[in-house]
Amino acid sequence: MLAVNRYKCCYCGACVGVCPVCALELVETWLEVSADCTECGLCSKICPVGALEVQS
Amino acid sequence: MKCDLVIVGAGPGGSMAAKTAAKAGLDVIVVEKRQEIGDPVRCAEGVGKRALCEIIDPDPRWIAAEVSGARIYAPDGTSIVMSEDRAGDEVGYVLERKIFDRALAMDAARAGAKVMVKTRALGLCTKGGKLSGIRAMRLGDEIDIQAPLVIGADGVESKVGRWAGIDTVLRPKDIEICAQFLVHDKRIDDMYCEFFFGNKMAPGGYIWCFPKGENLANVGIGIQGSKSKGGEAIRLLREFMKSHFPDGRIVEMVVGGDPCAGLMEKTSADGMMLIGDAARQTDPITGGGILNAMRCGIIAGEVAAKALGIGDVSEAGLKEYEDRWRAVLGIHLERSYQYKEFFVKLTDADLNQLISSLRNEDISKMDLRGMLRVLFRLNPKLLWELRHLII
Repeated sequence: MLAVNRYKCCYCGACVGVCPVCALELVETWLEVSADCTECGLCSKICPVGALEVQS
Repeated sequence: MKCDLVIVGAGPGGSMAAKTAAKAGLDVIVVEKRQEIGDPVRCAEGVGKRALCEIIDPDPRWIAAEVSGARIYAPDGTSIVMSEDRAGDEVGYVLERKIFDRALAMDAARAGAKVMVKTRALGLCTKGGKLSGIRAMRLGDEIDIQAPLVIGADGVESKVGRWAGIDTVLRPKDIEICAQFLVHDKRIDDMYCEFFFGNKMAPGGYIWCFPKGENLANVGIGIQGSKSKGGEAIRLLREFMKSHFPDGRIVEMVVGGDPCAGLMEKTSADGMMLIGDAARQTDPITGGGILNAMRCGIIAGEVAAKALGIGDVSEAGLKEYEDRWRAVLGIHLERSYQYKEFFVKLTDADLNQLISSLRNEDISKMDLRGMLRVLFRLNPKLLWELRHLII
């Protein structure tokens, strides 16, 4: 699953723009991850602060 | 709730579209998912002075500083200077976006648009196969806003285009991953915007230092998404701070993604137009997007009024939007994208060669294109791939 470190996340929305399956949505300071997430890991690579991690 | 036009996103693009459409007599609703417009900022805040003044009268309340030029640093530390009137669109004024964005939204409200904050678009509604508005969540309640026409001004995160069947997903190589500190340091030069290049320092991007007056500056980094790994942008920015502003006091931090994609095939569909970052109208080489968003917002607002006036908001009816914005920005964005695709491949030795080749040239009176022409004359072999763009 995709884990969001909410203490790190700066809610910039860059991950939302690269998500190929539209699984992410930023609600003010809260990043929502939907069940559509395929755990491709693109978002975790581009996160400027390293707040996203695909955990097995 | 019913209106003529609903605009998703109250950034500079959305607000300019709203103001333009409301002035033309449309009943306009702007929805903004944040509770405060303009905050948190996701921007380095630099804009070209002349280009901004062509769109809007400058207001000292939202201009943090005015600079006289740009200084560009090669990886080896060599620097060259460009003066403001020739340094292209990206320097001149450094804005205070928190105030700027709010002022533009207020202008839209004054023109008659209804602005709804803390209202997040959830999807498009259709009726009889036609787009009929948006579904939104406002303070926890789901509402429908009925409108025959929707403008997606929802930025890098844009969903409106995707909902309407346009693929706006950014490939990692087409997004710059950015982090920025607001820094106070005596070393900051209040008169120059500075740009630092180097593959170690900022792979596939650059570091900027845009002064905001009284030794304050936005010091930020953009790196190409395909060259990023988790947390890399902020790590590299911290490294730069250590080497360049070791005594700098960081008083704010912002991060964000900047679309640096090529021209989108289409930015409109039946009942829908995209503007600004949502339409990937950002300049791919500089990353600057404010002015393009505002220009395209105005065009979209005008086209909205016309299309609704004649009762044709189909893709064909909105074709004027595509034609007009591409006439203004198309060639420029296409060229910039090719420059970007080329420059991200250069090694530090290439960058050093290019920048140092300009040391004995008078580039103070040149624009970006003029400078590229000189660069090509001095470095024909290195820049051979760009010959069709430069000559």
